[in-house]
Amino acid sequence: MSTLTDLRPADAPQARFTDLVAAEWIKLRSLRSIPWFLLAAGLTLVGLNANGARLSRAEFGSWTAQQQQYYAEFGALHDAFTRPCGTLVLLLMGTLGAIAILSEQTTGLLRTTFVAAPARREVLAAKVLLVTAVATGFGVLVAAVSFWLDEAMLAGRYGGVSIGDPGALRLVAASALLAPLGALVGLAVGAVIRHSVTAMVALFGLLFLIPMFVRDDTHLGAVVANAQPFNAWARLGLVGEITGQRFPSTVGGSWAVYLVWAAVAVLLVMTAVPGRDQ
Amino acid sequence: MSVGDCGRAPLPGTVVPVIEVNRLTKRYGRVTAVNDLSFTVRSGHVTGFLGPNGAGKSTTLRMILGLHAPTSGSATVAGRDCRGLRRALRQVGALLDAGDVHGGRTARDQLRFLARSNALPAGRVEEVLREVGLSAAADRRIGGFSLGMRQRLGIAGALLGDPPVLIFDEPLNGLDPEGVLFVRGLFRRLAAEGRTVFVSSHLMTEMEHTADRLIVVGRGELLADEAVAEFAARGSQRSVQVRTTDPAELVAALTAGGARVAQAPDGLLTVTGPDATAIARTALDRGLLIHELTSRTGTLEQAFMELTGSSVEYAAGASA
Repeated sequence: MSTLTDLRPADAPQARFTDLVAAEWIKLRSLRSIPWFLLAAGLTLVGLNANGARLSRAEFGSWTAQQQQYYAEFGALHDAFTRPCGTLVLLLMGTLGAIAILSEQTTGLLRTTFVAAPARREVLAAKVLLVTAVATGFGVLVAAVSFWLDEAMLAGRYGGVSIGDPGALRLVAASALLAPLGALVGLAVGAVIRHSVTAMVALFGLLFLIPMFVRDDTHLGAVVANAQPFNAWARLGLVGEITGQRFPSTVGGSWAVYLVWAAVAVLLVMTAVPGRDQ
Repeated sequence: MSVGDCGRAPLPGTVVPVIEVNRLTKRYGRVTAVNDLSFTVRSGHVTGFLGPNGAGKSTTLRMILGLHAPTSGSATVAGRDCRGLRRALRQVGALLDAGDVHGGRTARDQLRFLARSNALPAGRVEEVLREVGLSAAADRRIGGFSLGMRQRLGIAGALLGDPPVLIFDEPLNGLDPEGVLFVRGLFRRLAAEGRTVFVSSHLMTEMEHTADRLIVVGRGELLADEAVAEFAARGSQRSVQVRTTDPAELVAALTAGGARVAQAPDGLLTVTGPDATAIARTALDRGLLIHELTSRTGTLEQAFMELTGSSVEYAAGASA
């Protein structure tokens, strides 16, 4: 006797987007390497930032009065999130984003996932959302802890600032959001280039080498340079006007760089994967 | 064993959980993997999907599941294109490749995320783990699993949504004898419950004891679509091997009587048509001495080899 008279005509009521997000969360959490990776990355970033503040404090006494004054005015804020950490957070989160998709494409898990949930764009949207959320959480935590730790170390005569000071919140926000930006770029690179090593090299070139080599003394060069996430972040950390640059970037333009990169990354993920034979 | 068309008739107005493949073609550049393939897999049976390596079985299964887009033609499950489903585990469960997992996850986590994605109750995970005998290994990482254990995990994943249609690509690979028996029993039970069970293999001997019906492909084309018994009967049906002192005269006598005779260089005759007694009588009538007379019944393996012999994609010894 058939026990299967109940063949659901449509899969309508139980197909919820939140289920896919929850499934992606289980996937991410159940890989033991991910929490360790996040912990190590977080400690490294906070540690590097704190070390910057520690060094400045140690050397403060040996500086001239002018240098001390300059540091107290601008430098103390910047030590809340140092430039190497800006690059590093991009690369680390880019790696996380790339792993999130590569670990499925290279193992065949993506096939298993799509057999269970053939609505591919929905699956990818869930993945984008989850990776963005995790990276944002990570970025906020690292940027906030770095800020308060470093500024506490620099409080007093070293010029430590509070979050209410001009530019402080913007620096923390720009640093925090660098994490999801890097993760989305990584996700997109992993989605387009399905090969692990090639994807990692491409990611490194995109986030690290290009901003290092592009020169901003011509208009085109400046446009390219200002459009790099790292340079956008660096601009958002500056207080006051920029002098001595022919084509300086703006705060609004730098936020736009964040947005455009994120949007293009999401678009790439959503278009590169669904049409492919799995 | 139920063979032929004795499957349960569906109630009028209900959706029949069949797999329908209609003029399905898949080309990769100039290579045609699947060519104008049409067949129907019915419910209530275990249907074997048989063909040599490279015959296009996996490509066909992937098109049925909506993973690959057909170049032309269509494939539906219970009347629907899988690509149009948002969640599929309640409609169709599949094990394509036991390696399609991440080795760093535990068996339970692998099933948990699948269940969650389809809003299946978490209790189903424990049920299917028990069903395939992996409860004890549920919290071990898949990376440490044997191929047989991975197959069981894949089968558990296919069963999660309690679907009416189940598709398995080479599920017996890597299973130990106990595992093979278990999987066969499971497939029979699933079919007996009225489900559609479609199982691919490149080994005829596997299908002989697993499937009721067979769909045989070679080089991406349909070679046979029939019950296992019919298929076995079609090959080298019944033949008799004969050795005699004067092959030429016996051949003449037998062919005059309507038999088909093939002669090997060493003089061995393979006769189709008359049975051993009739051949012996013919020889006796002519006064011919027979010194070997063996009746052969067709086997599935023979039928398979004969049918696919001309369609083997990667023949041993053939230059690439």
